Amino acid sequence: MNDAMDFLLWARGTAFDVALTIFIIGVIIRLFEILSLGRPRSLAEPKGNQLLPGMKSVISRTLPDNGTFKRQPLTVIAGYLFHIGLLISLLLFIPHIELFNATVGFGWPGLPNPIVDAATVIAITGLLAALWNRLTNPVMKLLSDKEDYLVWLLTFLPLLTGYLAYHRMIEPYPLALGLHILSIELLLILFPFTKLMHTFTLFLARWYNGAMSGFRGVQS
Amino acid sequence: MDTNTKTLGEALRRNGVTRRGFLKFCTATASMMALPPSMVPAIAAALEQARRPSVIWLSFQECTGCTESLSRSHAPSLENLIFDHISLDYHHTLQVASGEAAEAAREAAMHANEGAYLVVVDGSIPLGNPGYSTIAGFSNLQTLEETVAGAVAVIAVGTCASFGGLPKAYPNPTGAVSVSDIVTDKPVINVPGCPPIPMVITGVLAHYLTFGTLPELDHYGRPKAFYGTSIHDRCYRRPFYDKGRFAHTFDDEGARKGWCLYKLGCKGPMTYNACATAKWNQGTSWPVESGHGCIGCAEPDFWDAGGFYNALSVPTGEISRNASYAIAAGVGVGAIAAGINQRTRNKAVRQHAEVTIEDLEKR
Amino acid sequence: MNEATLERGLNAFREQVDAPVAAFFSSCVSCGLCAEACLFYTETGDPKYTPIRKLEPLRRVWEQEYTLIGRVKKVLGLVEPVTDELLQEWQELLYDSCTMCARCSLVCPVGNDIAYMVRKAREGMVASGNSPTDVQAAAERAVRIGSPMGVRYKALAAQIQHIEADTGLVIPVDQVGADYMPLLSSMEVINFPEYIESLARIFQHAGLSWTLCSDAFEATNTGIQIGSSDIARELVQRIVDGAERLQVKYVIAPECGHAYTSIRWDGPDLIGRRFPFKVLHILELLDELRVSGRLKTEKPSAERITFHDPCSIGRKGGVIDSPRRLLGLVSSNFVEMKDHGTWNWCCGGGGGVSANTDAEALRTRVFRRKKDQIEETGASKLITACANCRLVIEEGLEAYNVELPMEGLTELVAHHLVED
Repeated sequence: MNDAMDFLLWARGTAFDVALTIFIIGVIIRLFEILSLGRPRSLAEPKGNQLLPGMKSVISRTLPDNGTFKRQPLTVIAGYLFHIGLLISLLLFIPHIELFNATVGFGWPGLPNPIVDAATVIAITGLLAALWNRLTNPVMKLLSDKEDYLVWLLTFLPLLTGYLAYHRMIEPYPLALGLHILSIELLLILFPFTKLMHTFTLFLARWYNGAMSGFRGVQS
Repeated sequence: MDTNTKTLGEALRRNGVTRRGFLKFCTATASMMALPPSMVPAIAAALEQARRPSVIWLSFQECTGCTESLSRSHAPSLENLIFDHISLDYHHTLQVASGEAAEAAREAAMHANEGAYLVVVDGSIPLGNPGYSTIAGFSNLQTLEETVAGAVAVIAVGTCASFGGLPKAYPNPTGAVSVSDIVTDKPVINVPGCPPIPMVITGVLAHYLTFGTLPELDHYGRPKAFYGTSIHDRCYRRPFYDKGRFAHTFDDEGARKGWCLYKLGCKGPMTYNACATAKWNQGTSWPVESGHGCIGCAEPDFWDAGGFYNALSVPTGEISRNASYAIAAGVGVGAIAAGINQRTRNKAVRQHAEVTIEDLEKR
Repeated sequence: MNEATLERGLNAFREQVDAPVAAFFSSCVSCGLCAEACLFYTETGDPKYTPIRKLEPLRRVWEQEYTLIGRVKKVLGLVEPVTDELLQEWQELLYDSCTMCARCSLVCPVGNDIAYMVRKAREGMVASGNSPTDVQAAAERAVRIGSPMGVRYKALAAQIQHIEADTGLVIPVDQVGADYMPLLSSMEVINFPEYIESLARIFQHAGLSWTLCSDAFEATNTGIQIGSSDIARELVQRIVDGAERLQVKYVIAPECGHAYTSIRWDGPDLIGRRFPFKVLHILELLDELRVSGRLKTEKPSAERITFHDPCSIGRKGGVIDSPRRLLGLVSSNFVEMKDHGTWNWCCGGGGGVSANTDAEALRTRVFRRKKDQIEETGASKLITACANCRLVIEEGLEAYNVELPMEGLTELVAHHLVED
């Protein structure tokens, strides 16, 4: 009778604690694993600065170059739709902000729900387009392994369950909310051990690329 | 039992209720049950002719709050009259008889209305030890099973009877269970709430009297007409939620301006009840209107649902503390992982055999 | 040991993984956009040429040796090992179809420097004996004879004699204490001696003291191309020794892409110390001379010309504006190709590809992009600054039956000098 509420309590309690713990430990391990390998300082005479071009690349790689966009508009657009939609629904939905507030001790203003709702639809559309692309684009098809599809699913489920819970399309509500939270826990647990890590490491990668180019006086 | 022969219409008129007032009630009932206005005459006609059903009211592990809620009123109301009108043949708190006479009344009602009476239960049933709650030397379980045997249906009033309620709250010392955990062969209508809204119980009765059937129920056995939408979806403060305007404390500007109480722990989004539309105390107000978030009392296990003042989306554990432990552990394990990686690479560097032009070809 | 083995290859892969490599592999989400930057993919449409995929052997070593989860998967047998067969299959991908032009490194949305990793992956390929035999042979000649094309100083001395006799210019050799020591690529000695003549003309015009070095004139470095730091170190050391013997202030890299990379960027790291001299590309020197007013040129000519940026000098070396300023000095009708500068398309022959006969058919096929780009400009002459690009483009244009004269930029500038 009360299974749904028990499930929600478990998802909000024990399961969340476990998932968050694995996530934090895992991410730190991964970052240590990467940074411990170091990068030897070059003895060549620099032609430019490393820090600023590195920082610039961190930001500039967010925008595609024109040629790439023209050749693969679907990859670029689906990527934008998904990432922007995800960031809005993840970071600007009031209940989520309350969660961050409880975890890190500070919050920020959110967006009205109808906007977040639209962002979620956009993110889901983007993800579906990305999956279609992955299944049909010969390059992506060849590159993709099981992990790529797993990561897709791990990202898709929280968006889907969140949407269904918000619109009360799963009953009872505690079950819907519980499923949503559980799907995020699944994501958190697998995050450090999959390509989801790119969320953090892309800043390192972009910085290294920009810094190494900057050292040689190249705009990257 | 000559009262049973009178129709509801006769009883109402005898108590001075006008035709106009009666239709008004029928309209309100129709709207509560989400029936079209065209149904009002049908409801009125049916109620007019309805016979008083026999009702046996059993109180188990409860606080009498449900009875308080249903019986209290400062001025006589139609709900009260309907409530009074049923033939309440057994009810600890309200009946005049006591001791063996009381039990005899229950048995008499059961025999006289075999297969036709309604059983109303408030309170949960302790299975841990039958001695925790007894009536006339019988355990609640025995009383319930015996009484329900000849009933047409059971109405579980209040969250204790519906879902176990407070007695079942962690760590559930009495092994409390809900009515539907025991009664599986009869229709059980759950009317949860701590306490439930008076109009909801009368509405269920009105439905039964009007249509002779039980109302459509949701997955928790609650009448959909009353529990079909969440507090959140019907809340007059909802526009503030959608606009992102929140009270952060009970005495800040947001609270004074009547903004959304989500951040103060309001459980409106997960709670299904009619408070936002039916209100309390003859429509005077309801918890959110009086400035306090919904505590979710009409939902199973509401008492253990993570604290009344924690926002619904906030996990129940000590997250900040856990997160700091996890960071400490991560740094520890991370340092080991870093050490292993450095050792692996240093070893590779040591094992490097210089590549000369003699070595290029695989032999 | 004198033997390339899988184990040596794996060890080399292990040695090569550093924080950038780990960050790059951690960040790749298989979006496939790098393929769109690679002419081996764009011209063939074959997804196997997707740049990031060329790094599969290195990626496996990283995952299995440097990540916790990879080590667990390895124990459980959930990952595929790096085998001889894999490396054999990947030789085509890491050598024949990659010029390390680094265009992919420029488009990757997560910032992966794929060319950086290809260079590293080649270390493992060399150590495991999976490098192209032609490039191996070139490396052998470079180490044994001093030049990948087998050019000895004798040949250079003969060219110097010819030029001095023909032009009356003086080409100093082994002059201790000269300021500038230009390096040459063998191709310039054999195919484009005009470059040497132009150098002599420019140095004389600008009144600079300079010298060639008889035992360190070869700037090309097959070690960089094949991907062996050990061999590259030996070749760089020769230049450093020569420059130190002659006590020059500047070593001037020639019109050759990878030579600039090897002496300007990789050199100090290879020999493990800073150079006591500065390294400039010849175009950087010319631009400095232009700024200081030491280049007096005649009126710019109106011939429609275009410029091909050698990847190693432009995108990878940061010498992009200098050639444009020099072109402006000598031409009033210079037109850019559609993608130029940082965004140029490779000629298809860099990174050792032009020395690798296995890659010849593919190289000609993918040259189509460069050919189209050149034709689009409507230029009647193509200028570049790399002898290798120049040869590759000449061969490519010939294969597509396009007639277009080419000239090195240094040569072009030298032709425009006016003596008072």
